[in-house]
Amino acid sequence: MRVLAAMSGGVDSAVAAARAVQAGHDVTGVHLALARNPQTYRTGARGCCTLEDSRDARRAADVLGIPFYVWDMADRFHADVVDDFVAEYAAGRTPNPCLRCNEKIKFAAVLDRAVALGFDAVVTGHHARLGSDGLLRRSVDAAKDQSYVLAVLTREQLDRSVFPLGDSTKAEVRQEAAARGLAVADKPDSHDICFIADGDTRGFLAQRLGETPGDVVDATTGAVVGQHAGAYAYTVGQRRGLHLDRPAPDGRPRYVLSITPKTNTVTVGPAEALEVSTVRATRPVWTGGPRPDQPIECEVQLRAHGVVVPAAVTVDGDQLHADLRRPVRGVAAGQAIVAYRPDPAGDIVLGSATITD
Amino acid sequence: MAYLDHAATTPVLDEALEAYVATAREVGNASSLHASGRRARRRVEESRERVAAALGARPSEVIFTGGGTESDNLAVKGIFWARRDADPQRTRVVSSAIEHHAVLDGVDWLGRHENAEVGWLPVDEVGRLHPDALRAELAEHGERVALITAMWANNEVGTVQRIAELAAVAVEYAVPFHTDAIQAVGQVPVDFAASGVAALTVTGHKLGGPVGVGALVLARDVAAVPLLHGGGQERDVRSGTLDAAGIVAFAVAVEAAVKGQQEYAARVAALRDDLVRRVRQAVPEVVYNGDPDDRLPGNAHFSFPGCEGDALLLLLDAQGIYCSTGSACSAGVAQPSHVLLAMGADDDRARSSLRFSLGHTSTSDDVDAVIAALPGAVERARRAAQRTPR
Repeated sequence: MRVLAAMSGGVDSAVAAARAVQAGHDVTGVHLALARNPQTYRTGARGCCTLEDSRDARRAADVLGIPFYVWDMADRFHADVVDDFVAEYAAGRTPNPCLRCNEKIKFAAVLDRAVALGFDAVVTGHHARLGSDGLLRRSVDAAKDQSYVLAVLTREQLDRSVFPLGDSTKAEVRQEAAARGLAVADKPDSHDICFIADGDTRGFLAQRLGETPGDVVDATTGAVVGQHAGAYAYTVGQRRGLHLDRPAPDGRPRYVLSITPKTNTVTVGPAEALEVSTVRATRPVWTGGPRPDQPIECEVQLRAHGVVVPAAVTVDGDQLHADLRRPVRGVAAGQAIVAYRPDPAGDIVLGSATITD
Repeated sequence: MAYLDHAATTPVLDEALEAYVATAREVGNASSLHASGRRARRRVEESRERVAAALGARPSEVIFTGGGTESDNLAVKGIFWARRDADPQRTRVVSSAIEHHAVLDGVDWLGRHENAEVGWLPVDEVGRLHPDALRAELAEHGERVALITAMWANNEVGTVQRIAELAAVAVEYAVPFHTDAIQAVGQVPVDFAASGVAALTVTGHKLGGPVGVGALVLARDVAAVPLLHGGGQERDVRSGTLDAAGIVAFAVAVEAAVKGQQEYAARVAALRDDLVRRVRQAVPEVVYNGDPDDRLPGNAHFSFPGCEGDALLLLLDAQGIYCSTGSACSAGVAQPSHVLLAMGADDDRARSSLRFSLGHTSTSDDVDAVIAALPGAVERARRAAQRTPR
């Protein structure tokens, strides 16, 4: 196959590209320039958009002896991921930008361009398994599994994707990188959100959305128990940083239960009020089997690295409904619900949708 | 493989390489007083004479440097500082919008860090500067102009300027004129004295010499403040131990390039004309950029409507055809060419451009290879551009 390896400058994508070469594919490396001004994103190992990362990717490609190019996707990334991220928070939801980037950039804009240029598939360093059966499965490395942020991919997208790392642990990937003479073998993992260089999401949002002070209301008493500078800065299930004036009558900690942009209100309450037993979601994607018109028993995950619970899931048109067999705390609109079928060869991604409530 | 990127760098001539190796085997610092130093100095000075003779300059006017970027920086900053030191009201630099970044960014730096004013001379749609614009600039600001810097031939679109006409205007106003002749030497006749310029940049690796050595030809009566201070080599303008091996090889290459220029230009221009004719046949909507006649013999620069240059480059690279989009930044993100934008091209035309540059090793096989691969690549790149609207 003629494949395009997306190379972030990190160890995973470098080893993924190396394995694609070893598998006999004709591999071309591409680094995606996602930051509008790479200089301002120069923060070391946090993300995947710094000039240093671009050079690391190029160096790895040179070691592998494959062509390497930088594709400027900054405008697309800004419109489809960054602006979307801000708009989602403004609407009181909690977006997952990595998932959006996979959906709109890596496996859409990049994949489309690659196919048009004559490539058969895109290779990435995601930790997930995608075998000849076409089913997307969790990585063998449970701690590094990224199937959650890939579950949004459609059948067509998966058919043109290659994930060479799913059968390896992160430690094995690092070892292999070292053995292959890739200088990124010891490079720290990227974490947090690549376009928020200092990790201060609240500050990033405040800069774009401005300060909009409002009330923090106790769900039980209806009393105003504090002030906030902008409801967008809160996430359902959040406990820290609420700065409440008064303790709860029962003296127990309070959590963010909901965010209401319309009234600019953040509602707080006790932990048990966070418990959710049904989840509704929109824009379902179903790749692990026939779409379930009738409820099917499976497992669902409701946020990245979140707990997995048994559930009965139904898809109806552009709506997904899940009855959780066990209540879950802190389910935030905007996150994805991903349905899995447990499997000894790696839990299979059945489908996903965006949580509405 | 078809190497059509000679404007980026061209293969080293065998005789230059041999001269390099032979000299590099000899120990000796050209500043030392003993016999080995004298031998090194002799090699350097002979080379200086050869370069001077080839370029129509006096030996004392040749300042060896570490290459084109250094020579350009030395000319732009060094002459600016010297002129301002002599006359504090001379704080204006006149340049053109199509310069190589080695000049462009140096001029821009003077603006930001030294409070220099910059007068940008416009170019026409083929990338040509006009003496009238320079005359108007000098008539208005002549008293305050420290220097003029404008390239002899453009590295992207290949347009050759009428440097002598421009320099004559500068002479009228007694303003030193620097020209970046990196792309010109060996391609078109270049005579320092006859051209009337005060300073001229030349570099080795564009004409068959090694990378990392070049010269600034600087008229004897033009002062330049050094960028590099130290041992006082090279008229005190460029300190640093002389790279005898590099300089010897550079001189061999300059001499060969200048000596063979006419024959070279005729042969390569014929190949280039064949390439252009066949590209137009294969892709009728192509736009041929730059001056159609008065251009570098090896340069063929096109815009392919509806394509992105970097997609074309990728597709041709995969088929062993090496060319250039003519503009790249350090991060490798393709920017629309500032040269084409200055020539009045819109963003799309600037992004759709591709440069093929032929050189001394080019053959008709190279042209055949391009013609075999190009139509398919253009079709594919066009499809890719439609699939991914900006």
